[in-house]
Amino acid sequence: MQARGSNFDEMFDGEGDTRPAYAEFCRWYGEQPPAFLRRKNREADDTFRRTGITFNVYGENEAEERLIPFDMVPRIITAPEWRKLSRGIEQRVRALNSFLYDLYHRQEIVRAGRLPERLLHRNEAWLANMVGFTPPGGIYTHIVGIDLVRTGPDEFFVLEDNARTPSGVSYMLENRETMMGMFPDLFSRIGVESVSNYPRRLARSLAACVPPAFSGGKPTVAVLTPGIYNSAYFEHAFLADQMGAELVEGSDLRVVEGRVQMRTTRGYKPIDVLYRRVDDDYLDPLTFNPDSALGVPGIMDVYRAGGITIANAPGTGVADDKAIYSFMPEIVEFYTGEKPLLPNVQTWRCADKQSLAYVLDNLAELVVKEVHGSGGYGMLIGPTSSKREIAAFREKLVARPDNYIAQPTLALSTCPIYTAKGLAPRHVDLRPFVLVSPEGIDITPGGLTRVALKKGSLVVNSSQGGGTKDTWVLKD
Amino acid sequence: MLGRTANSLFWMFRYLERAENTARLLEAALRMALTRDLVTAEAEWRSVIATLGLQGAYEAAHDGYDGLQVWNFVLRGPSNPGNVREMFGAVRSNARQARINISSDVWEAVNANWMAIDKLLARPAGQTAVGEVLGAIRRAGTQVHGAFEGSILRDEGYHFARAGTFIERADSTARILDMKYFLLLPSLSYVGSSLDTGQWEQVLRSVAGARVYSWLNAGQIEARGIVEFVVLDDRFPRSLAFCRNALRDCLGALARNHGVEGRAALLMRDADTRMSYMTVDQIFEAGLHEFLVDFLASNAAIAQAIAEDYRFHA
Repeated sequence: MQARGSNFDEMFDGEGDTRPAYAEFCRWYGEQPPAFLRRKNREADDTFRRTGITFNVYGENEAEERLIPFDMVPRIITAPEWRKLSRGIEQRVRALNSFLYDLYHRQEIVRAGRLPERLLHRNEAWLANMVGFTPPGGIYTHIVGIDLVRTGPDEFFVLEDNARTPSGVSYMLENRETMMGMFPDLFSRIGVESVSNYPRRLARSLAACVPPAFSGGKPTVAVLTPGIYNSAYFEHAFLADQMGAELVEGSDLRVVEGRVQMRTTRGYKPIDVLYRRVDDDYLDPLTFNPDSALGVPGIMDVYRAGGITIANAPGTGVADDKAIYSFMPEIVEFYTGEKPLLPNVQTWRCADKQSLAYVLDNLAELVVKEVHGSGGYGMLIGPTSSKREIAAFREKLVARPDNYIAQPTLALSTCPIYTAKGLAPRHVDLRPFVLVSPEGIDITPGGLTRVALKKGSLVVNSSQGGGTKDTWVLKD
Repeated sequence: MLGRTANSLFWMFRYLERAENTARLLEAALRMALTRDLVTAEAEWRSVIATLGLQGAYEAAHDGYDGLQVWNFVLRGPSNPGNVREMFGAVRSNARQARINISSDVWEAVNANWMAIDKLLARPAGQTAVGEVLGAIRRAGTQVHGAFEGSILRDEGYHFARAGTFIERADSTARILDMKYFLLLPSLSYVGSSLDTGQWEQVLRSVAGARVYSWLNAGQIEARGIVEFVVLDDRFPRSLAFCRNALRDCLGALARNHGVEGRAALLMRDADTRMSYMTVDQIFEAGLHEFLVDFLASNAAIAQAIAEDYRFHA
């Protein structure tokens, strides 16, 4: 869709002058011969292809591996901006964990009348068998990705919370490696906060959440992947490799003597912490989807008996729901006693009659999303949709209003990308990655910047042709 | 290490070796076909298909044996599920499975070569392109092995990978020899005669040993010497003896690593007592074909035992 009004560009101000965050980068950029930049741009593509940093797209016949396009112009955030964002993110993540604990225990927030009960029970991600159970260390969301958008110099909004299984962190790391490999001189001129110890921080964070059955020594951590045909397999292997953890599939695991164990060349070995990249539904065929071959029969019983830590905890997807999202300001306030530092995007819940009426009257101006949707699928972007598309969507909306929320079309900020004809502004968002353990909340300074490569487009999802950028947080 | 990962490393290297051996076989046949009459050429292509055990699939798809058809069938034939293009796909998917147990150098060597070969084999290879394709396949093997030797931790994964390499190489060398044994046998009594030395050279070329054999033997080619070289010379890295020594080392290292000897090691010792002390004359006396059949069976049994000893499968 076309952006509305005048957008905030992160590199240039309204007069076309470079903003301070980008000053040194732009000086460097101006010094590079155009042929050099063209060559480097091609080189980046080859690097990603050779190293196999791909994601799979499922077509009619077979899975095809594709590259997520990488843009070599970094997205730059200043130290004070980052400090402010971090405080807001930390507050939100703290609230999310307290919220999840409460939902599966006394539901004080419902009793207090701050959240309608129906939102829980109609929520597909709600897991009745998590009720009354406290995960090891009380942590539900070990790894969280908070999607942020920007509309002005000081205006950041949370667009989405990804508490279930946020992905993309490998791109944060590989984008940085690629940039450092291509332009080492840039990093000697500009002080950029390092992101490279994320895997170590993740390993430490997971190891801090051992289950009661942990028998001492070095905790055994494993990453559970659906396998090489999964779209994020590269990332699963990458993280396991960098953490020094095993990369396991359901077929490697079995419940033996009350523990989830993996089949090694020496026999079965118990796992203490399982970082699973398999959805709840597929985790345990005995409890959830009986046809799943991706999970481990009986793992939920072991989990509830304290035999393993599952990260993120089953049932955390409740918080990713977009109807729940619309209550986040209340949720943050309820659990932290503070006003939210990071605002939500204004959201109309179509389940409310009045809101629905407003949304139906303004479909052409709004973005309408399914409450359980993700990846940019199943949504209507009013301003870029045809009359027919809007009419078809209207029918779905009227039939099941509680399945939808609506938001205004935001004037998303832009950051330039490299093109053959020079720098060109494109819309961006930002996903910082947050680790939660009993030791505290740890936010890596940086994140994944997704960029809509088509001029004027606001859709940044990789499944819809978006690309990524290296994200720099400047040192003070 | 996970049993599944051990399996992936083992098969990654088996397929890599198989692709390389197949390329050598085709190269040798191509040379033979170019220098001989049509009838010999056809027999040569027929023997390539037979050595690879593909008669059924080939004859179901094609009527006659001509070079273009055979090498395209072997390299990329859609009706041949074991074509070289698929082998490289299997090398890569096994490498992906074992991604965290191989270095980035190895992975990038596998991935880059797979991309190049998959592209080369996306279209039929004509007379002029086949050399390029075969060269690319051999280069892939060299690069992956080079990266592997230079960067892999010498733990059990290293030994599973090497076990895969040498099981496959021994299998290939024994099959090539077995396919030609009847050419080598009668000539024993005609050592130095003008019998078809081209066919013997062919055997040597198929196992990349023509040049070194010729150098060692001052250019003299005779059947007994070839068999001795390909079966018993433990200096030659594609001989059965060399493969056996390497495999024995792998099994020994795995046993030390695990603190226990598996069934594979027992089978190995059993085979050693039967085979490893034989001279070339004893082999001919017992029958080269019978010797090779026994060797192939014991090789396959050891491979199977490795998979069981180290829990490759659930």
